[in-house]
Amino acid sequence: MSNKQKEKKGGLLTWLGNSQVWKSIIRSGIPRERRGRMFSVLNSVFLHLHPVRMPRHAVKLKYTWCAGGLSFYIFCVLTITGILLMFYYRPTVEYAYTDIMDLGEQVPLGIMREIHRWAAHLMVITVWIHMFRVFMTGSYKPPREFNWMVGVILLVLTLLLSFTGYLLPWDQLAIWAITVGTNMARATPFLGHEGPGAALLSIGDINLVHAGSDIRFALLGGRFVGEAALLRFYVLHCIGFPFIIIIFMAIHFWRIRKDGGITTPV
Amino acid sequence: MLTFILLTFFFIFPPNDWFYKWNKKFKLDLIWTNKGGILILLGLLTFFLFGLTDENFKLIALKPDNVPIVGLIFLVAFFTWLSMKQATENDKRIDNNEKVNEYHDPDDKVLTWPDLVYIELIALVLCTVLLVVWSIALPAPLEQPANPTLSPNPSKAPWYFLGLQEMLVYFDPWIAGVLFPTLMLIGLMAIPYLDTNKEGVGYYSFKQRKMAVSFFMFGWLVLWVLLIVIGTFLRGPNWNFFGPFEYWDIHKLEPLTNINLSDYIYIIWFRSGLPENILLREIGGFILILGYFLILPPLFAKTMLKKLYQKLGNFRYSVFIILILFAMSLPIKMYLRWLFNLKYIIAIPEYFFNI
Ligand code: HEM
Repeated sequence: MSNKQKEKKGGLLTWLGNSQVWKSIIRSGIPRERRGRMFSVLNSVFLHLHPVRMPRHAVKLKYTWCAGGLSFYIFCVLTITGILLMFYYRPTVEYAYTDIMDLGEQVPLGIMREIHRWAAHLMVITVWIHMFRVFMTGSYKPPREFNWMVGVILLVLTLLLSFTGYLLPWDQLAIWAITVGTNMARATPFLGHEGPGAALLSIGDINLVHAGSDIRFALLGGRFVGEAALLRFYVLHCIGFPFIIIIFMAIHFWRIRKDGGITTPV
Repeated sequence: MLTFILLTFFFIFPPNDWFYKWNKKFKLDLIWTNKGGILILLGLLTFFLFGLTDENFKLIALKPDNVPIVGLIFLVAFFTWLSMKQATENDKRIDNNEKVNEYHDPDDKVLTWPDLVYIELIALVLCTVLLVVWSIALPAPLEQPANPTLSPNPSKAPWYFLGLQEMLVYFDPWIAGVLFPTLMLIGLMAIPYLDTNKEGVGYYSFKQRKMAVSFFMFGWLVLWVLLIVIGTFLRGPNWNFFGPFEYWDIHKLEPLTNINLSDYIYIIWFRSGLPENILLREIGGFILILGYFLILPPLFAKTMLKKLYQKLGNFRYSVFIILILFAMSLPIKMYLRWLFNLKYIIAIPEYFFNI
C-alpha cells in the first residue's frame, strides 16, 4: 500500500496513529502493512514473547487449543483478583472467616472472590489439557525435553497454589480438606512420625521424629491446622508460590522460543 | 464397570500391533469421527440431564466445588476425541504417503500480528466472559466457620487430590500420599527420556507412537481422571462406595473383613498361629513383592517387550518397567481387595510398613 492510498483512507485512526503520542508508545504507527506489523510484535514487551512469523498450522486453534496461553492468562486474572482480595482479607483465625463473609455481603459488585475461585479451578483444568495436547503432538521430544520438565514443575506449582488457597476462607470445607491433604505427610518415609522408618531414627529411647518434629509439623507450624498453618499457607499462597511460578514461567516461555517455537512437522 | 473399562481400554487405544489389528477389525476408530464425537457428547449429555432429575445426583453434581469436575469430564472427553480424530486422519494420510494435515511449506509463514494475536484476543475475551458468567451464576461456597472438633463426613481433599485420596482405600498413606505422587512426577518428567521414538513430533498421530500414546492415555484417563471422578461422585460418608443415584446414607455399613496375606498363609492355609518373628511372618509378602519387581522385568524383556528392551537398552528399560509396574500395582491391588479381601501383602504395623 503506498503512502498516498493510506492518506486517502484517512480518518481519525490514521491521524491518531501518526500523532507523536501514539508513535512514542507504539513506534510503528498503526500496523497496516507487513513491515509495521512485524515491528509491532518486535517492539512490544508483551508481543515479543512471540516470534514475528509463525508456521501456518501453529496459529490454529485446532493445533494448540490455546491451552498454554489461556493458562497464562488465567494466572494473570488470578494475580489481579488476588491482589484485590488481599485488600479485605486478614489471615487470622479471628478475622479470616468474617472477612470472607464481608466480601460477599459488604463489597459492592463483589464477584472478585467468585472469579478468583473459579479461575483457580479453571487454571488447573487448562494446565492439564495443555499437558495433554503437548503430549499428543509429541512436543516433548528433543530438543524440548527440558521444557517438558519445567512444565511438570509448573503443574505441581499450580496445584500447590490452589491447595494453599483452599485453606484461606477458614470454613469447614477449608480446614478439613487441608487436614485430609496434609495428613498424608504424616506418613512420609523417615520424615513423618507415622511413616515407615521413622521409628528407626532415634537416639536410645528418644525418638527424633515425632508428631512435634516431623514434616507435617513443619508444613503446618503445629500439630493441627490452626493459626500458624493459616499464616504459613497465606504467605506461601500470596508470595511464595507465585514468586516461584513466575520464575518457572519465564524459563518456560524463554525455552519455547529457544527450542524453536511451537513444534512443526518436518 | 471398571473391569469393563480395563478390558476394552487397550482395544480402543491399542499399545501394539496385535491390539491394533483388533481395533481396526472392530472398527473402533469410528469413535474418532464426527459422528462418534456427537454420540459421545449425546451420551454424556443424556447421562447428566437424566441424572439431574435424581435428587441425590443433583446434590453432588451441582455442589459448587464439583461443578468444575463436571466441566472436566466434558472437556477431557472432547479433547481426547479432538486429538484422536486429528491423529486418525493423519495416520490415514501417512499410510497413503501424504503429508500430515499440519504440514505447510517451511517458507509459508503467517505474521503473528494479526493472525495469532487475533485468535489470542478472541480466546481471552471468551475466557473472560465464561469466568464472569460463571461467577455471577454460581456464588463461591462458604460453609460453617472452621471447627477443628467437628469433622464433616466424608472429609474430602480438594478435587484434584481426590485421586490420591481414592488410592488410600487400597494403600497406606505413605504409598498413596507420598510414594505414588512422587513417582507420578518422576514418571511424567521421565517421559521425554524414555520415549526414544523420533516420529510424531509436531502433529497429532497415533499409529507411529502406539505404545507411548496408549500408556499415557491409560495413566491420564484411568489412573488420573477416572479416580478423581470416582472420588468425587461415588464416595460418600466413611468413604463408602455409593452408586451414582444412591442416597448417601451415613449409616451404610460395609463389613470390614479384610485380611492380610500373612493371615492367609499361616492361619487359613497352615492352620497355625502367626509366627513371632516379623520377617518370618511376612516372608510370603516379601517374596511376592521382590518377585514382582525383580523377576517380571527380565521376564518381560525376554518375551513380550523384547523389541522394546533392545531399543531402550538396560537403563532406560529398567526405569520404564519399574514405573509401569508401580502404575499397574494399583489396579492389581484393587482386584486383590475385591476378590480376596486382601488388606496388606506385607503388614508390619510395628514400623508403619504396610504394602
Ligand atoms: C502454569 C502452567 C503453564 C503455562 C502458563 C504454560 C504456557 C505455555 C505456552 C503459552 C506455550 C505455547 C504453546 C501453547 O500454548 O500450547 C507452552 C508450550 C509448551 N508447554 Fe507449557 N505451560 C504450562 C504448563 C506446562 C505443563 C504442565 C507442561 C508439560 C508437562 C508443559 C509443556 C510445554 C511444552 C513441552 C511446550 C512446547 C510445545 C511446543 O513446542 O509445541 N507446559 N506452554
